[in-house]
Amino acid sequence: MAHRYSQRGLLVLAGLSVLFLSGCVNRPQPLYYWGSFEAQQYAYFTGERGPEDAIQQMEKIREEAKAQGKPVPPGFQAHLGMLYGQTGRTDLFEQNLLAERQQFPESAAYVDFLLKKNLKQ
Amino acid sequence: MNARRISMLRLPALLAAGLLLGACVTPPTYDYSAFKEARPASILVLPPMNSSPDVKATYSMLSRTTLPLAESGYYVFPVTLVDETFKQNGLTAATDIHGVATNKLREIFGADAGLYIEVKQYGTSYFVISSETRVTADAKLIDLRSGKTLWAGSATASSAEGDSGSGGLVGMLVQAVVRQILETINNQGHVIAGQTSARLLSAGRPNGILYGPRSPMYLKEGVPAP
Repeated sequence: MAHRYSQRGLLVLAGLSVLFLSGCVNRPQPLYYWGSFEAQQYAYFTGERGPEDAIQQMEKIREEAKAQGKPVPPGFQAHLGMLYGQTGRTDLFEQNLLAERQQFPESAAYVDFLLKKNLKQ
Repeated sequence: MNARRISMLRLPALLAAGLLLGACVTPPTYDYSAFKEARPASILVLPPMNSSPDVKATYSMLSRTTLPLAESGYYVFPVTLVDETFKQNGLTAATDIHGVATNKLREIFGADAGLYIEVKQYGTSYFVISSETRVTADAKLIDLRSGKTLWAGSATASSAEGDSGSGGLVGMLVQAVVRQILETINNQGHVIAGQTSARLLSAGRPNGILYGPRSPMYLKEGVPAP
């Protein structure tokens, strides 16, 4: 009986150590929520999707990211802003570009360049 | 005299072969001193040059670059918007864009570094009993502030990598037909381009780019992964 107990104990120990070790080997978590963002970029280049449809898909990805508590990737809000700009909604163009600049200050010079150029037009 | 001449010709050939083999055994590690000095935080990916016959290669590869670079810790400029900016300035060909002065790129985009990619191979080759989709690309990371080359690398990926060749000839034929259908209809090149770019542009690989400031691995190169 005592022998059986120790065997069970060993099994539990083995199970725990597997869990522990796999926890250690676990790949680091992705920094961003991607959804189909890469495919959206490719579809933009190939022109297989109109801006209205693309905006819907992008907003869906943004919702999914929010639900998972993950940030959207670099360029995401700028890409979405550009799509809004192409449908004539300059307010949402500006709003999304400013959101890109706020999330990623590295984009500041470019965002300012785009906003200034847009104001001139 | 004649025999001696041959042996004199042979010696350099042998030496060259020895050098080549030696290079295979111990790949030289990349010199990261310029990279470590510059430590770029943001990367402007220029539309890749394409020396493959497939015109899709440039934008297929371009739309596959943001993920590996961003997950390596860099801010990556929106590739679609950047392409539009070039177009609005009359630059439509990747070759012309690659020729723009680095200080001009720095001025407009404010990027720390520019990534110059050339797609060397992109597409599917058909053989009697097999087909293979291969995408090969070179990349060079250039500091837009100083014009210095910070890193250069190359990668390839192929649809044939996972094939074990088992199942006999019939099995191979069936597999080949299935794959050819998949490869023509689903733009297999774009699938493989994703593998190529992941190999080419992910930090933490031998001789690969270093981690950027937004990665928890930043400045921890050489420290074994947890």
